[in-house]
Amino acid sequence: MMGDEKNRKVVVVQLSGGNDYLNCVVPYNNPRYIDNRPNVRLSEDQIIPFDNGYGLNPSMQPVKDLYDEGKVAVIHGVGYPQPNRSHFRSMDIWHTAEPTKVGDKGWLGQAIREMTPDGDNVVIAVNFAAALPRALVTLGAPVASVTDLNSYGLLNHIDAAPQRSQALDAFRDMYSRALGNGPVMDYLSKTGLDALRGADILSAVPQKYASTVEYGSNPFAKSAKSAAQVLLADVGTRICYTQHGSFDTHTNEVALQARLWDDVAGGIRDLYTDLKTHDASDDVLIFVFSEFGRRVKDNGNGTDHGSGGVAFLIGDRVKGGHYSEYPSLDDDKLVEGDLAFNLDFRSVYSEILEDWMAVEAKPIVNGTYEKLGCLNLN
Amino acid sequence: MPTVHSKQDVALMAHLLRRAGFGATLQELDRCLEQGYEATVEALLSPSAPDAVPEDLIRRYHVDQSDLRNHAAGAAYWIYRMVQTPAPLREKMSLFWHRVFATAATKLIQARMVANQLDMFRDHGMGSFQDLLLRLSRDPAMMMWLDNQDNHKGSINENYGREILELFSMGVGNYTEDDIKECARAFTGWRVVNPDYMSIRMRNNTARPYGYIAWQFEYDDTDHDHDEKTFLGQVGDLNGEDVVAIICRQEATPRFIARHLYHFFVADEVPVPQWPHTAPRDPQAIDLMCQAYFDSNYDISAMLRAMFNADFFKSEAARFARVKSPVEMVVGTLRMAGGLELPSTDTYAAVGVCAAMGQFPMNPPSVEGWQGGSEWINTGAYVQRVNFASRVLSDPGKPGIQAIIGRIRDLANGRGLSAEELVDACLHIVGPLEVPDSTRDGLIEYARSWGDVDFADAASTAQAERTIVALLQLVVTTQEYQMV
Repeated sequence: MMGDEKNRKVVVVQLSGGNDYLNCVVPYNNPRYIDNRPNVRLSEDQIIPFDNGYGLNPSMQPVKDLYDEGKVAVIHGVGYPQPNRSHFRSMDIWHTAEPTKVGDKGWLGQAIREMTPDGDNVVIAVNFAAALPRALVTLGAPVASVTDLNSYGLLNHIDAAPQRSQALDAFRDMYSRALGNGPVMDYLSKTGLDALRGADILSAVPQKYASTVEYGSNPFAKSAKSAAQVLLADVGTRICYTQHGSFDTHTNEVALQARLWDDVAGGIRDLYTDLKTHDASDDVLIFVFSEFGRRVKDNGNGTDHGSGGVAFLIGDRVKGGHYSEYPSLDDDKLVEGDLAFNLDFRSVYSEILEDWMAVEAKPIVNGTYEKLGCLNLN
Repeated sequence: MPTVHSKQDVALMAHLLRRAGFGATLQELDRCLEQGYEATVEALLSPSAPDAVPEDLIRRYHVDQSDLRNHAAGAAYWIYRMVQTPAPLREKMSLFWHRVFATAATKLIQARMVANQLDMFRDHGMGSFQDLLLRLSRDPAMMMWLDNQDNHKGSINENYGREILELFSMGVGNYTEDDIKECARAFTGWRVVNPDYMSIRMRNNTARPYGYIAWQFEYDDTDHDHDEKTFLGQVGDLNGEDVVAIICRQEATPRFIARHLYHFFVADEVPVPQWPHTAPRDPQAIDLMCQAYFDSNYDISAMLRAMFNADFFKSEAARFARVKSPVEMVVGTLRMAGGLELPSTDTYAAVGVCAAMGQFPMNPPSVEGWQGGSEWINTGAYVQRVNFASRVLSDPGKPGIQAIIGRIRDLANGRGLSAEELVDACLHIVGPLEVPDSTRDGLIEYARSWGDVDFADAASTAQAERTIVALLQLVVTTQEYQMV
């Protein structure tokens, strides 16, 4: 049974560095692909046969399996006008949903503010990395950043348990009693207490978890497992943010991208299976994106920064299939040698925000974008 | 026996050294108290000591910090310099200009070009603003960062022409869109040597094997637009030098820079994009610095001198009124703990923590830099702040911690210290921090739970050290320690 909309969760998988669209969903028979990729090409005998004339990267079998079960939406040609080929800037554009000016609020951060206006739910969003992606940053939006669930918490370098708990008691005591000393002190005190409360909740998560799924040993598998643990503990988390990379394959692309997709596809399969076996997959949506695709023409051993890319939505409530169109590889259709985008990423955001998370999208993406209709919410 | 200085003098000097630098060790504080406040300001403004960076050792043990190709290495190298510098204001001003003229290594591929820009800030960041702005306009990192190599006669790229006005000198509302275009025309022909090749290399965005290519400024007169331009009311065949001179004459320029200085050194202002719509917190402070600017022929150190010696800076209300930036938090704590005389892997960890708190040095999020203030504070960053400071102070073997223990031992002078005395001593040494009674009570209770502090014999000394370290670790988790 699907939970109500207030209980739906999204797991973001950010492919940092620019995932090569052409070698992810591969137009292996297209002569333009063959011409442009004399060196960095996947041939018919390498790819996983897919539909619509495409193949999948050989490392994506787990994604193919989920696709065959009708749980994967392949969203083609995602991008934004006037593509920016700087990693940082393009990622920033995705994070803030602001292609034309520098935004200061993350798209998910704003959604968090809507979902917990007073910031009461301190674990509503959990980021599995030390650094907070800007997507999650909005003033007043609580986010926990976790590198290791098992050791997560304040003052975690104090080894001896009694001493740590004594220090934490003192911290909690000082922070609670300092409230009421002006707005800046209150903001600091509240943030400190929220951090402590979040740490208390999250550090208890691993003990509640039991599973037969064996995750891989790479960093993404660790994040995927942590996401499963947090979601299965049912502590109120609605956004899990994970990332993997670097997909910045200027050199040695074929080997590098294969290894990265081994990790990502395996991690996604294990996460999904874990949720499924715990009867918890129905209200989880997995969203996979990258800041841009890569240059159509290879550079000899890799590819340089491009524009239009591919995104995926994965889950029980996804209507599997292809959405939008694969951009043309014809020379006159390319934008400075890159695939033109033909779907604004804010369409995908609008669908996730409104149809899945029940948060109004317009003020976050600054406009109305046609949704894809790839979710089955009945 | 050093002179005993009043608590007020100590608090004021510590405030100056936190703001005009990254906080002082006990020895530095003593030295500055001996020479007095105004003399300390002068010494900060005119540092005689060169930065003695052991480049040979860095080359031997941290080749990447010597090559300065990747971003983390570049930032680690800078953190090391900030911690070890004998000229803290010079380094703090480099951080200041890095925030105002925000240039990120991400787009430039290599950290070296940003490091060179920072060298320029070190050498010229406290001199004439006109000179600085001119050097900035010729700085290869800035040129590539804001695309001036694509700014040609007959086909302008406005990026630098816009930002020099909007973000680097005058601020929105003091010029027109036409001024931007004319400004960009004046900077046509200002480029790096071999721009087409360098642009391709930059766009390809790979450090290998092009990382050793050094960009250099050149002026190409054949690509410069010599037609008449009208910029801020001045008409003529204006070149970049003329535009910079005209900008520096404008009243709006020192106002904008003074507000940045106030925001960085005195008290948190609203984020920069709101400045055109919100009056400064202290308009008289801005007036004072503007006056110093014009009186001194655009001298930045004159503005700084006026600011540091003014009541608005020295007042008790100004102390701990700003949220520490991550770099201030990390560098200040590392300086207090000591033990970083030679570059170590700790500097890489420090970069990671800065980034996790939201400020990756040499990688500002955009040309708008970091807004700062309350934006530094969120739950994720808070865990990092508390854990970092507390962890750095957990090692009693570090020289800075030994000095603190020594100071407390002097205070004990052969007798035992009560928990109250110990807490007050720690708060005084770390800040001096003024905390609410409830916080002080909490610290006292915690200190008491660790046991008595006296230095009667080896066993009690060891116990005293443990108690002091435990207490210091808690003191730096307080809200007050998040402020500077």
